[in-house]
Amino acid sequence: MPRTLIDALLAAVLTAVLLIPIFGLRIQVDGVNVALDRTPTPVVIAVVAVFLLRLFKRPLQRLWASWKVPGSWRANSATAALRQTAQHPRARQALWLLLLAVAVIWPFTVSRGAVDVMTLALIYVMLGLGLNIVVGFAGLLVLGYAAFYAVGAYAYAYLAQQFGLSFWLCLPIAGGLAALTGFLLGLPVLRLRGDYLAIVTLGFGEITRLLLNNLNFLTGGPDGIGGIPRPSLFGLEFGRRAKDGGATFHEFFGLDYSGDHAVIFMYLLGLALVLATLFVIDRLLRMPLGRAWEALREDEIACRSLGLNPTVIKLSALTLSAAFAGFAGAFFAARQGHINPESFTFIESAMVLAIVVLGGMGSQLGVVLAAIAITVLPELAREFNEYRMLAFGLVMVLMMMWRPQGLIPASRPPLTLPERAEAAR
Amino acid sequence: MSGFSFLEFVQQIINGLTLGSIYALIAIGYTMVYGIIGMINFAHGEIYMIGAYVGLMAITGLSLFGVDSIAAILLVTLAISILVTGSYGWTVERLAYRPLRNSPRLVPLISAIGVSIFLQNYVQIGQGARDVSMQPVLTGGWRFGPADGFQVYLSYMQVLIAVVTVAFMAGLTLFISRSRLGRACRACSQDRTMANLLGIDTDRVIALTFVLGAALAAVAGVLVGMYYGLVNPFIGFIAGLKAFTAAVLGGIGSIPGAMLGGVVLGLAESFASAYLQTEYKDVVAFALLILVLLMRPTGLLGRPDVEKV
Amino acid sequence: MTLPASAPTPAAGAGRSLLDVQNLSMRFGGLLAVDNVTFEVRRGQIFAIIGPNGAGKTTVFNCVGGFYRPTTGAVTLDGQPIQHLPSHRIARLGLVRTFQNVRLFKTMTVVENLLISQHAQLEARLLPGLFKTPKYRRAETAALERAAFWLEKVGLLAVANREAGNLAYGQQRRLEIARCMITHPKLLMLDEPAAGLNPQETRDLDRLINELRAEHGVSVLLIEHDMSLVMGISDEILVVEYGRPIATGDPAAIRANPKVIKAYLGEE
Repeated sequence: MPRTLIDALLAAVLTAVLLIPIFGLRIQVDGVNVALDRTPTPVVIAVVAVFLLRLFKRPLQRLWASWKVPGSWRANSATAALRQTAQHPRARQALWLLLLAVAVIWPFTVSRGAVDVMTLALIYVMLGLGLNIVVGFAGLLVLGYAAFYAVGAYAYAYLAQQFGLSFWLCLPIAGGLAALTGFLLGLPVLRLRGDYLAIVTLGFGEITRLLLNNLNFLTGGPDGIGGIPRPSLFGLEFGRRAKDGGATFHEFFGLDYSGDHAVIFMYLLGLALVLATLFVIDRLLRMPLGRAWEALREDEIACRSLGLNPTVIKLSALTLSAAFAGFAGAFFAARQGHINPESFTFIESAMVLAIVVLGGMGSQLGVVLAAIAITVLPELAREFNEYRMLAFGLVMVLMMMWRPQGLIPASRPPLTLPERAEAAR
Repeated sequence: MSGFSFLEFVQQIINGLTLGSIYALIAIGYTMVYGIIGMINFAHGEIYMIGAYVGLMAITGLSLFGVDSIAAILLVTLAISILVTGSYGWTVERLAYRPLRNSPRLVPLISAIGVSIFLQNYVQIGQGARDVSMQPVLTGGWRFGPADGFQVYLSYMQVLIAVVTVAFMAGLTLFISRSRLGRACRACSQDRTMANLLGIDTDRVIALTFVLGAALAAVAGVLVGMYYGLVNPFIGFIAGLKAFTAAVLGGIGSIPGAMLGGVVLGLAESFASAYLQTEYKDVVAFALLILVLLMRPTGLLGRPDVEKV
Repeated sequence: MTLPASAPTPAAGAGRSLLDVQNLSMRFGGLLAVDNVTFEVRRGQIFAIIGPNGAGKTTVFNCVGGFYRPTTGAVTLDGQPIQHLPSHRIARLGLVRTFQNVRLFKTMTVVENLLISQHAQLEARLLPGLFKTPKYRRAETAALERAAFWLEKVGLLAVANREAGNLAYGQQRRLEIARCMITHPKLLMLDEPAAGLNPQETRDLDRLINELRAEHGVSVLLIEHDMSLVMGISDEILVVEYGRPIATGDPAAIRANPKVIKAYLGEE
């Protein structure tokens, strides 16, 4: 008992030391006078709670273990059910089809605002899937993903504004430029230990933000670039009136003009891009390249011993991952119509990383669901916006502790071996 | 004309050394942790930021009690700040990193970035997102040079920063080279498994490393608070990035390397902001990082690291 | 087919030098882990390096395979100097290895392990795979066929879609060998292949190694502690102690060498 008591006291003192300067005291600046506000209540509550928890640690643990109800609840919870379905290939396929059907029909039944939020969610799905290539599959941490996203967005904005190029032409250019950026950044870094990539991309993200703010002639500085045209559907525009003699969507189909058309079109376009992303990445994973990414994540030394060049493989993962960020960026610029450096801060990179971590590194379905959850939930509960980043940070730590493989871990499709094994040599 | 620019040059060296001292203090925390567990502790910049906050609070508190001796303010503030950041360093290691010690490399790295994001927003919730500023505690300095031309200015605060930094570096060097625990630290950074087999409590040594790193970050935080008289919850992010650059520059894992790297980076930045545009000083630091990784990935004083196969 | 271990039939082109190691030394700080080691593996040979624990045998492997940059010395594979090449280049030249504590891609399946090691031979470009060109499909099928062949060879066909990390230890060792062999190596380096195997598995291993040489023309360089395996299988043996070579010769000569006896008896 005395040992537990000492332990609990120490924990309580530690809690007090940690919390007093953050929540117990607050520097109040009033002109030249500086004062310290004292708000002891939260600290006292926390200290008492920690003390009691530590003091009654054993009995509480026993109580938790003997409490049957949460045990069975945990086994039957939604995530567990989802995980189980996700593990059967058939069920997985059905789940995908169901999701797709809902995704296509849904926008016609709800409000414009909801469709718009969902379009944003699709952008994050794309970003999450793209980042998942390098973090989830190749096992390399990239902390400045927003920089590649920015390259894509600014590429489209600049080209459309300065040269009047169309979205469809700019989309591959935006992806290509972002990929080139990733390649050039990875070239010096990826020869070295993978960890350096994290810090270099973190720095690169900051530098990109700085350059966006200061290279006024190219980026428009802090104001950014406005008046970015929306994409057209085979030349049909979604405005009320077509620019320079083109045709508009509503006139062509003989509909009344409605702002909904453009919003739903952007949503469907986003959905198509997401599907293309999903398809390409799914293929990649079954290709030698994708297998090599995973092998590298598992054991780099074994890879080298078998003749795989780790630098080239890592570089390919980073380059492709950056390309998807570029596509997402171009689409984002088209949806917003106006972009500025504030959309490409570290917070953005952290959010995409949270999506990948939560969804399960390496799992496509998990990333899709996590991206939707992380974009839609804050919209539903705006009053918690202040705590959003705090929660992201906490989620990353907790996920690493309890489920580093994510809520929905990746599954491995079995391969059928050819019958005539003997013929091969 | 040449004398004129020479004085400006001297001024940049003084400013660069001041900045470099700060970077060096923070860089040691990165380099020690990397040396022992091979992990980039992304939360280290946030620990420094907390140190700066606590420093300002302590100074404010002391002034409310009417303490006005510089020595007393400095010592008490450093003590309080080190106590708090040391506790943060220990707690973060205990809660967020130790349970992940045997996981794949990526796992503790993500946990660290999570801790960094968490701490930044946690301080933001507790203390507000706005800049907190206060009157400088120590003002004045010396001026050299012609009365009608450019004068080199060396403030008392800059001298104080240099003196405190050198004192703490010397203390750390003595501790690492002479004390029993310091020896254990060195043994762990050579070969953690072997050190463990030889009866060294490696968990304790790792915890100590975090506490020491955090303490030096607190010193940096307090000095920065006194120098600029301004903190906000976001200062740790960029300072941490710079300090890590300094650690890589000097050779990650090497303590003298971190000191040297900090000074070199401080000088580079100071010259960059004087002779280029100020907005681009961060770009210079980053370009330096890339350049080092390209030309000399082991850094100025680092040894080539041999992977265990 | 089983070959008598004492009288191996040399493969075609036997006798020519395949791997030539000259005055190899490796220093870690103050420790000279490998001190002036010289040996030569001829085509078709099974060559063993033995010695007490910590004698520097694995370090020799790491230097030869390009995982460490040797402090001094020259390594030549098939007439080509390789001591400055990175490990993946050396592997592509036909020198592959297994590891003392098995390095499989643990969360990937057994077949996938075998597909990865064929990476260098496969169509790894982006577009053919995305559009599944006929050439790409043929390459993938051929790779699967080769995988099936080797799985059958080492008796792992039944567990082809299991995660490699879940296999029994002996199975993991065999998979690691198959993973090397599927790259058509010239020289197979085995780092303690019998460690942790039971006597029956060791006998199977003995047979497998002989079979690999006879049917697939591979030469073998191995490090081993199991003396019955080494003495039965090797054409030539190098003994190292404290990083220094103390004897080389055929098994009979090694068995009779007083220095070797002293090194071993002095140890145990």
